[in-house]
Amino acid sequence: MALAIWALPALQARISARPLAALASRLSPTDMFDAAATPARLIFGNAMFVLGLTGGIFLFVGGLMLWVVVRYRSRPSDGNTEPIQIYGSNQIELSWTVIPILLVFMLFLTTARVILATESIPKPAGALDVIVIGHQFWWEYRYPSLGIVTANELHIPVSDPAHPTPVYLKMSSADTDHSYWVPRLAGKMDLIPNRVNTMWMDPETPGLYLGQCAQYCGTQHAKMLLRVYADTPADFAAWVKQEQAPSAESATLTAEQLAGKSVFEHNACMNCHTIAGTGAKGLFGPDLTHMGSRETLGSGAFTNTPENLKHWIDDPDSLKPGALMPPMHLNEKDLNAVTAYLTTLK
Amino acid sequence: MATTTAIDLTSQTKPRKLALQVVHEWLTTVDHKKLGIMYIVYALIFLVIAGLMAVVMRIQLAVPHSHFVSPQVFNRLFTMHGTTMVFFVGMPILLGFGQYLVPLMIGARDMAFPRLNAFSFWISAFGGILLYFSYLGGDGLYGMGSAPDVGWFAYAPLTAKVFSPGHSTDYWTFAILLSGIGSTGTGINLMATILSMRCKGMTMNRLPLLPWLFLIVSFLILVTISPLTAAQIMLTLDRYLGAHFFDTQAGGSAILWMHFFWIFGHPEVYILVMPAFAFVNEIIPVFSRKAMFGYTAMVAATVAIGFISLSVWAHHMFTVGLGAEGNIFFVIATMTISVPTGIKIFNWIGTMWGGKIVFKVPMLFCTAFLFQFMIAGLTGIMLSAAPFTWQLGSSYFVVAHFHYVLVGAIVFALFGAFYYWYPKIIGRMLNETLGKWHFWLFVLGFHLTFDFMHVPGLLGMPRRIYTYEPGRGWEVWNLIVSVGGIIQAIATMIFVVNLIWSYYRGKVAGPDPWDAWTLEWSTSSPPPEYNFAIEPVVSSRRPLWDLKHPEDLDTDYE
Repeated sequence: MALAIWALPALQARISARPLAALASRLSPTDMFDAAATPARLIFGNAMFVLGLTGGIFLFVGGLMLWVVVRYRSRPSDGNTEPIQIYGSNQIELSWTVIPILLVFMLFLTTARVILATESIPKPAGALDVIVIGHQFWWEYRYPSLGIVTANELHIPVSDPAHPTPVYLKMSSADTDHSYWVPRLAGKMDLIPNRVNTMWMDPETPGLYLGQCAQYCGTQHAKMLLRVYADTPADFAAWVKQEQAPSAESATLTAEQLAGKSVFEHNACMNCHTIAGTGAKGLFGPDLTHMGSRETLGSGAFTNTPENLKHWIDDPDSLKPGALMPPMHLNEKDLNAVTAYLTTLK
Repeated sequence: MATTTAIDLTSQTKPRKLALQVVHEWLTTVDHKKLGIMYIVYALIFLVIAGLMAVVMRIQLAVPHSHFVSPQVFNRLFTMHGTTMVFFVGMPILLGFGQYLVPLMIGARDMAFPRLNAFSFWISAFGGILLYFSYLGGDGLYGMGSAPDVGWFAYAPLTAKVFSPGHSTDYWTFAILLSGIGSTGTGINLMATILSMRCKGMTMNRLPLLPWLFLIVSFLILVTISPLTAAQIMLTLDRYLGAHFFDTQAGGSAILWMHFFWIFGHPEVYILVMPAFAFVNEIIPVFSRKAMFGYTAMVAATVAIGFISLSVWAHHMFTVGLGAEGNIFFVIATMTISVPTGIKIFNWIGTMWGGKIVFKVPMLFCTAFLFQFMIAGLTGIMLSAAPFTWQLGSSYFVVAHFHYVLVGAIVFALFGAFYYWYPKIIGRMLNETLGKWHFWLFVLGFHLTFDFMHVPGLLGMPRRIYTYEPGRGWEVWNLIVSVGGIIQAIATMIFVVNLIWSYYRGKVAGPDPWDAWTLEWSTSSPPPEYNFAIEPVVSSRRPLWDLKHPEDLDTDYE
């Protein structure tokens, strides 16, 4: 009996029904039941077990309530007499105490098993470490083993179940609490200053997985979006190569782009942003070394087009009210130049 | 119906008083009934204010990328909505009913400490006013309109001076502090009253369930408000005297605040829901025309909930990285609480079983309570499974779950209590037709809002976002939720109209309109200042049943 209980979540993980998942993927790109990695799939199994149990209780107790309400409602034919007074029954009390205790025990054991399977399993040799630092209101990613620093768009390799290469995120915060939630890959984990939390994910199918910050962190909590790109091994290697290379050499820039570089280096931009190979080494804002290759700006808030970029530099608050980047008050010429320069950073 | 002896018929007509006399009387009163009414009216005003805030938020969230309000305004709205509803609606309205009913139900003439009672009310009331004064004074001389925007649980380090400059967070801190002092005073008072002011013959075993539950609530208040108060003082030390309890920039701990807050915050849920249980405990037997099934089990279950609720707080922290061992402990503690809670639900069903259930408005609300509280309990079991909460935590599923408890259970029981005891408090019945409109519209609005609110949570929508991206499958659900919110607002307006209309035009109630069994129905409606002309003597849990049915005394069975 006990053994059978311990085997339950594994069983559910296996029957995580495909048709259900197909329906779910049409509902939403952030549907937690459309699991695409092991942690999310373990949770799916746990969730199905809990839903089954509570669903059963709902039908039984809800049915009982409905029956009582219909059967024992007062009718005009009842007359004025009071019903028979019943004060209780120890046997009945005992039965509706003991049965729930057994159900709770079963639920507890299956849940504990999923907790251990997620939080207490050894890290495989092929795991990739990524450091995630939450900022108001964007994400910083560092790949210590690859020497890459980037922001807002996480690239990770897909994991082959035969030779798992999961990604371990070591997470902390530079300011307030944040929470990392990509529902299709894993449950959320909070990013808390002065503390390092760890979570892992191993997507099997390449693709873009969406999510967003799930712990209120200030004015723009709503637009602290998450984008996780699971790449095939070849794509990931290409991405790593590109990120490790410096961005465009000055020699290849046009006059306007060079002017833009000068604007960047002679204004407050460089106090907060880093562009590798230049004097800009600021750490407060996202690393811009390869920002031209990112699909979005403002932590996923809008697409990375020259118009949006220009608008953003001119007045970040109008696109993302409460963002901490100040408006730069550049003249039109400088604004165009710096936009032209930044788009070359691929 | 048998006549009762506790009514004094000599002082039924009173001379009219000047307006100033009336105001003076209310401002200086130490009468538990007047203070109870003031608590309730005060809370109703805040209920309307915080309810309107919810409507504004729902208009904002009805469609994606909406610009109805700015993020700054939205963040203040959800902070003020939550803080107000918990501390300045829930606590005062439930304690207000407790204040009013406990002495009447135990046959006492007033609370144990009438002056402490008045002090508690006025200091809590001042807390609420202070909170709303932040709209004027939040940032000092500049920045009008800056209410607190740190969320109702105000996680560190968002409350640190560097992330919350100005004074808006201080208004929040001191409002909570004052409300806590008031609640503690009322807790002490209720406890002393219930333990030492019971009338002759009322042993603890004959104490009606409502005072029993308020006794346990008072115990919880005393235990859990203290850490909250301590945390507020520590936060103020951080902000103004350079302490570093929660100030992570200087090595403080964000998790420490979570522990302090939730060791208060989770029992607080039970502080709020137990009075709702208490109302239902009185209403369901009367309208089923049967004695409470399993009185002893009900008391035992409540005591168990009281104790277990003190050991479950970190289930609010399943996603902060407590580690497998910590998570597993709080999983089992949290799941355990479903056992005594289930016992209560089964006993209510047992009470209705075999009865002749009269579906007057109070009973309608209690029946809906029962059904909705069961669902809230089941989603609670889902959330007690830590892995599921790694997904569901901080999502709209959680928002739907706790509103199912706070609205589906507590507010429904509260409305039931209004319809049940209004005749006692005012002397006139609430209008039954308006009451049915109120009930059915509220049921419709409630289910549209909070049933459908679970779905965007399952589809990945986090709470506390002022707007959301299109294309994530959240649009339809949010629109339905918003429509339901507006229906609830309309239903609540009908209720307010009913309260006012019935005050002037309602049918005169008489002392015992429901043919009920506890002592408050043995005195006139509204009760005189001294409650009972003669101190009542009881020999069972249902003294008026014994009076009305001398052939079938409760005494023989207890």
